[in-house]
Amino acid sequence: MTYTQADKNRLRWRSRRGLLELDIVFEMFLEHDFEGLTDAELDVYQDLLMLPDIDLLELVDGKTDTTDARLAPILARLRHWQVVKQQ
Amino acid sequence: MANVAKRQFDAVIVGAGGAGMRAALQLSEAGLKTAVLSKVFPTRSHTVAAQGGISASLGNVQEDKWEWHMYDTVKGSDWLGDQDAIEFMCKTAPEAVIELEHFGMPFDRVESGRIYQRPFGGHTANFGEKPVQRACAAADRTGHALLHTLYQRNVRANTQFFVEWMALDLIRDADGDVVGVTALEMETGEVYVLHAKAVLFATGGAGRIYAASTNAFINTGDGLGMCARAGIPLEDMEFWQFHPTGVAGAGVLITEGVRGEGGILLNANGERFMERYAPTLKDLAPRDFVSRCMALEVLEGRGAGKNKDHVLLKLDHLGPEVINHRLPSIREIAIKFAGVDPIKEPIPVIPTTHYQMGGIPTNYLGEVMVPKDGNPEVRVNGFYAAGECACASVHGANRLGTNSLLDLVVFGKSAGDSMIEFIKNERPTHKPLPENAADFSLARIARLENQTGGEEVNVVREAMQKTIQLRAGVFRNSENMALGVKEIAEVAERAKRTQIKDKSKVWNTARIEALELDNLIEVAVATMIAADARKESRGAHSHDDFEKRDDENWMKHSLFFNQERRLDYKPVHTKPLTVDYIPPKERTF
Repeated sequence: MTYTQADKNRLRWRSRRGLLELDIVFEMFLEHDFEGLTDAELDVYQDLLMLPDIDLLELVDGKTDTTDARLAPILARLRHWQVVKQQ
Repeated sequence: MANVAKRQFDAVIVGAGGAGMRAALQLSEAGLKTAVLSKVFPTRSHTVAAQGGISASLGNVQEDKWEWHMYDTVKGSDWLGDQDAIEFMCKTAPEAVIELEHFGMPFDRVESGRIYQRPFGGHTANFGEKPVQRACAAADRTGHALLHTLYQRNVRANTQFFVEWMALDLIRDADGDVVGVTALEMETGEVYVLHAKAVLFATGGAGRIYAASTNAFINTGDGLGMCARAGIPLEDMEFWQFHPTGVAGAGVLITEGVRGEGGILLNANGERFMERYAPTLKDLAPRDFVSRCMALEVLEGRGAGKNKDHVLLKLDHLGPEVINHRLPSIREIAIKFAGVDPIKEPIPVIPTTHYQMGGIPTNYLGEVMVPKDGNPEVRVNGFYAAGECACASVHGANRLGTNSLLDLVVFGKSAGDSMIEFIKNERPTHKPLPENAADFSLARIARLENQTGGEEVNVVREAMQKTIQLRAGVFRNSENMALGVKEIAEVAERAKRTQIKDKSKVWNTARIEALELDNLIEVAVATMIAADARKESRGAHSHDDFEKRDDENWMKHSLFFNQERRLDYKPVHTKPLTVDYIPPKERTF
């Protein structure tokens, strides 16, 4: 789909999660990566946000992996924000 | 109210965590038209973060009794908990947990097939004699399992979910009765009036008033803010549970086992400051003592980092082998959330807020109770609260581990039952809405839209968080808290003039964050003023100038009225429902 600013804002809101660990990672991602995503990447991001928090955290933590190759680039960015200095 | 759409329900519930969904299930299964509003998808509520378990004296692994659970809870509360509510919760716990099992919650089991129970700090047998295994868990996903189980049952029971709706204000009529809420639909930006026979708040805690908090970003105390604006007092807001070592700037916890393995705390000068405060126990002094020393180092200007706002947890002297073998997950957390490898560098840490003991004053039936005409507890007709946003009060001055999930299901159900009775017997038809029921909320939004010369929301929020962290954190003394009262009043004035650049209507996250700050600031002011006023040390409120618990003068609940910035007090309930009162004792462990 084509994402309007309102659609993007919806995804921004849906990046608010029930777990602080995810909020921290998504906050960095939204600040640095989100605006540069293509519509196709936003489709993938939207799908990723549908996952339950616990499963999403395990994916972002690298404790589990996915066979869905589409998710890989976004997941790599999210994982990147896990390992940069937060201070 | 010409421009505001109106919808009618029997019951409106704000919040879709464990408490809100447990109450909703009760109401929907009774055939009542029930709406649940949630800022986020229900299974993404903060209940998901609860890992430890849910306590109940099932006695599946070791002999246990609800009376022992009650004793542990009263002691944990440092005798500020209401003993009728505590008895109700502990006595109801086994049936509440078995009910969850019957709903399909995947608890861990023992070989016979019964629910497994694990040990947990503070859980004892025979009134404090020895540890007992009382915590029921679904692996480390207990909160997740609870939310999913309750959500599915609610879908089956036809509960109507309003997902990505934010409640704005409570609607009270001329009699003070609650007849509904106003709410913002994020997808359209429209404000609605939701007209109800009964309203329940289950909006969770407000841990985000602190700079260092384990709470998710959604925990902005929306229910508490709405109460404050509607003239409902907030109870015992000075009591917040802290953990000594959260990663600074992140809030993620570092287990205390790290200090057991030989980790030490340093200030900015590289001094092992715990040697000064506790020459014998040093870094292994009790949790609350260590927390206060850490806060004192920061307060006196010996904090580390560019903002001098944390201390350092040093592990590298233990060597890579010990760290990799005994503390692998700690190394992982430090790398991810502090950006430091503890094999080489110390971890920045700070005492971190975890749980809010106070909240909306209720009784054990979930009814909201306020002082009126000299009576300390008069029911607000049509208004209920449950979960972390409510103060029943079962946690008193400090919460016992695994009692939080129990609180959600016991009082969620109890409030649901009370609402069913109220609707059936006292409010079979809707009470009329007051004229212009949405005007107050619309004016708040209009103020935000038209504000000029104000400050950005995140600037004011950070000022609030910094003030509360420094002045109402673990280290509390008269001088510091008096400063806090003055400072938070200034921040509250700034919060009245927040400004947003984005004026769009649809999915305007800036507007939502501004509205959340309106709620946070009410909680922050209540916390600061209630903490400053309590001249004793009890549970999580540790006052350096009044180091002892003072039952004679202070065994009472605080009630803060935000509009008049006024404190009132009410007695602790000392009459349990059926058993003898548990009299106060010195709290030693």
